Amino acid sequence: MDEPVLRVRGITKRFPGVLANDHIDLELRRGEVLAMLGENGAGKSTLMNIIYGLYTQDEGEIYINGRQVEIRNPEDAIRCGIGMVHQHFMLVPVLTVAENLMLGMEHVRGYFFLDKERTIREIEALSKQYGLEVDPRATVEDLPVGAQQRAEIIKVLYRGAEILILDEPTAVLTPQEADDLFMVVRSLTEQGKSIIFITHKLREVMEIADRIVVLRGGKLVGTTTPAETSRAELANMMVGREVLLQVEKEPAAPGEMVLAVRDLRVLDDREHPAVNGVTLEVRAGEVLGVAGVQGNGQRELVEALTGLRKVTGGQVQLLGHDTTHAAPRQVIEIGTAHVPEDRHKHGLVLAYPVEDDLVLCTYYLPPFTRSFNLQPYAIETNAVNLVDAFDIRTPTVATPASSLSGGNQQKVIVAREFSRNVKLLIAAQPTRGIDVGSIEFIHKNIIAQRDAGVAVLLVSAELDEIMALSDRIAVIYKGEIIDTVPAETATREQLGLLMAGVHEAEAGD
Amino acid sequence: MTTETDASRGAESKLGLFSRRVFISILSIVLSLVIGGAIIALSGGDPIDGYLGLWRGAFGKEKAVVETIVKTTPFIFAGLAVAVGFRGGLFNIGVEGQLFVGSICALIAGYAVELPPGIHAAFALLMGALGGAVWAAIPGYLKARTGAHEVITTIMTNYIALRVINWSISQNGPLRLPGSALPETRRVLDSARLPSLTDTTPPLHIGVVIVIVAVFFVYWLLWRTPLGFEIRTVGLNPSAARYAGIKVERTIVLTMVISGALAGLGGAVQVLGLLGYFTTGFNVGLGFDSIAVAMLGSNHPFGVAAGALLFGVMDAGMKTMQLRTQVPRDIVVIIQGLILLFVAAPLLIQPLFRLRQVGEGEQVSISATWGGEG
Ligand SMILES: Nc1ncnc2c1ncn2[C@@H]1O[C@H](COP(=O)(O)OP(=O)(O)OP(=O)(O)O)[C@@H](O)[C@H]1O
Ligand SMILES: [Mg+2]
Repeated sequence: MDEPVLRVRGITKRFPGVLANDHIDLELRRGEVLAMLGENGAGKSTLMNIIYGLYTQDEGEIYINGRQVEIRNPEDAIRCGIGMVHQHFMLVPVLTVAENLMLGMEHVRGYFFLDKERTIREIEALSKQYGLEVDPRATVEDLPVGAQQRAEIIKVLYRGAEILILDEPTAVLTPQEADDLFMVVRSLTEQGKSIIFITHKLREVMEIADRIVVLRGGKLVGTTTPAETSRAELANMMVGREVLLQVEKEPAAPGEMVLAVRDLRVLDDREHPAVNGVTLEVRAGEVLGVAGVQGNGQRELVEALTGLRKVTGGQVQLLGHDTTHAAPRQVIEIGTAHVPEDRHKHGLVLAYPVEDDLVLCTYYLPPFTRSFNLQPYAIETNAVNLVDAFDIRTPTVATPASSLSGGNQQKVIVAREFSRNVKLLIAAQPTRGIDVGSIEFIHKNIIAQRDAGVAVLLVSAELDEIMALSDRIAVIYKGEIIDTVPAETATREQLGLLMAGVHEAEAGD
Repeated sequence: MTTETDASRGAESKLGLFSRRVFISILSIVLSLVIGGAIIALSGGDPIDGYLGLWRGAFGKEKAVVETIVKTTPFIFAGLAVAVGFRGGLFNIGVEGQLFVGSICALIAGYAVELPPGIHAAFALLMGALGGAVWAAIPGYLKARTGAHEVITTIMTNYIALRVINWSISQNGPLRLPGSALPETRRVLDSARLPSLTDTTPPLHIGVVIVIVAVFFVYWLLWRTPLGFEIRTVGLNPSAARYAGIKVERTIVLTMVISGALAGLGGAVQVLGLLGYFTTGFNVGLGFDSIAVAMLGSNHPFGVAAGALLFGVMDAGMKTMQLRTQVPRDIVVIIQGLILLFVAAPLLIQPLFRLRQVGEGEQVSISATWGGEG
């Protein structure tokens, strides 16, 4: 009988106030894709970090090819042939791909000069072998997210990994990039590599997995295969109840104009035009979805609307105020909530306790500040209420946001922004990294806000999300809205073409 | 750059984190004393004897205790100044210069105007704080406006302050005490001197009370006011601060102003409470030592007070130590240097004691804006 390449037994890990992993048994067979599912905070990343040596388990053993091993740090893990691609990439942005790969390879010591050309040749060989297209000479920060991820994978392979752990690799990818990644995954497993694949997207699980394991509350609650199960059943297994995979909503009843954007022009960080004359309107009580492949100006558009980025041309009107050049606080005070795309850069102060992150935009207003004094009790009460309402899994509200699971960090942001009394909600990738149960909750909440008369601007790379929530869909391509279509009649194919820059009229020719 | 990983999360709870920091500080001190002791032994001295001498010099008599307290006071002021900067993500190396400017402003206010006693002292203190604040506002403004890094600009403002002051007390300098052969300034009027609680030398002046108020004030400011929230937010994540509607540039300048005011106040207290004049060498290096004090105290006002006490004890005790035991006072400087080394680079002692990895939550802002953004 073939030994599993990786087997863990009785893995247990406690954090202050949480049992993150509770006697988990798991095995990974050679050449398979093992998909791991579970709610936010179920303990998936913790288990992977233990296997990769970033955390040490309190109890339990790890076996590689049947032999027990002790993994105390990532170097040990790499020696055991384990590699991990983190949800947030670990590449040095200003270095090239090749330089990044050489960084970790201290055993190249002994050479006085680093042999860059050799590394480049090796990268090219790997990249051909597994269909991982990446230019070793390109600077990392210039690469699109998908290519950065391929570079991460190459790095892991370069260090001789036989077992690859991919923690929510598709969360940051566009559907096309995700498809590319799946091709790579298949070619890896065909050549004998074994893969653990964490994701919240059930569609992907059904497509790529050989076997599926589900974690809930730190325990392993089920093992199955795509053939034996369905998306609905998986959702049920994860959350422990029925999940509506589709949002129910009435037709919108648009009211007064809330946001009117005319011919907006914005530059990106490198001062290249990113938004080239965008015109759009959002009315009270409607959801305008902005669909598009990532990197087509969505981020710059949102940042310009919220006062975070300079506008170089055009005009923004928010509830009758000219906010073209307004400061962020002005935009907020007129009545805007903003779920930012990059949760670690903008959305959170990771070192802050959850309760402080929940008042990040309102700390200076009553009841949180009275006569120049912060009111710790009011801040705490607010947090307790939101943690409860939004089902944020945290031991206490004084726990630093940094020790929450990825999805729970996102929920902190969503809770903060959705709980404010606003007229305009700008949500960029609001459900990135969030489990199906919570997605359902957030989607319902967005529709409830719409029905209460809030204007919603939804920016998302998830076509499903855009189609489920929007009343109208604006497709952005190279910084321009190339078309706006009503959501009822929009099809995936039509949107897909538009997102690729093919206009219907032209497509018909 | 997004290099945040699950791994860099702080594994410890708030309390765990707190006690861990205290632990690192204490370890650093102990380790430094041990190495210091080894050096004493290697150079033919008796470490126990030396440290006993140090202790006696700091606490032996009432006079010694007063001296320790008086020596601790400026370390607290300057340490608070550095700590406020760090909390706001700013490495204010300019505390040294701000302290000098505060001294000089208090000095001028102390002899150039006539006011009733008490009021005069208060006025001179205020001018000292103001001087430090303005001097610190310059690098703050440069950073906010142009992005010029405060480490560079505060080093420059230090030089400027030092040189201008040295010139002004040199022969024929405007502040030089007329007719004196020494580089010293005029004396402040008696009405501007800080009243003393004892009649010892040095006097236990009321600057000691002021500094205690300052400690609590800084605590209140940082953790109990919206401005403090803004300072800490900017210090930890300037992008998130901007997103939250905080005026980052304004906050940077304000942080420097508060930091500089504390340093200036420290300088003023020194001049008005101790000598009553300024001379070369007075307080030199204090602003730099206070960086160690702030780090030792984890940039927390109470920690700073504790760290400052340690430095005050060593400064007050080293004379007696050298006199009584022949252990050279330089050993104290070595120990202080070692402490700075260990608290600034906890990685050095971590493997020794198998401490857990430093978590994200606790890399308090020391290098938060080193990359230049802000
Ligand atoms: N470093 C840490 N310190 C304290 N608690 C932690 C730490 N890391 C994880 N936890 C806690 O352990 C639990 C499991 O977290 P983990 O990150 O493994 O969840 P996850 O399954 O990856 O969730 P997500 O889908 O949201 O990424 C959570 O309750 C989290 O708050
Ligand atoms: Mg996770």
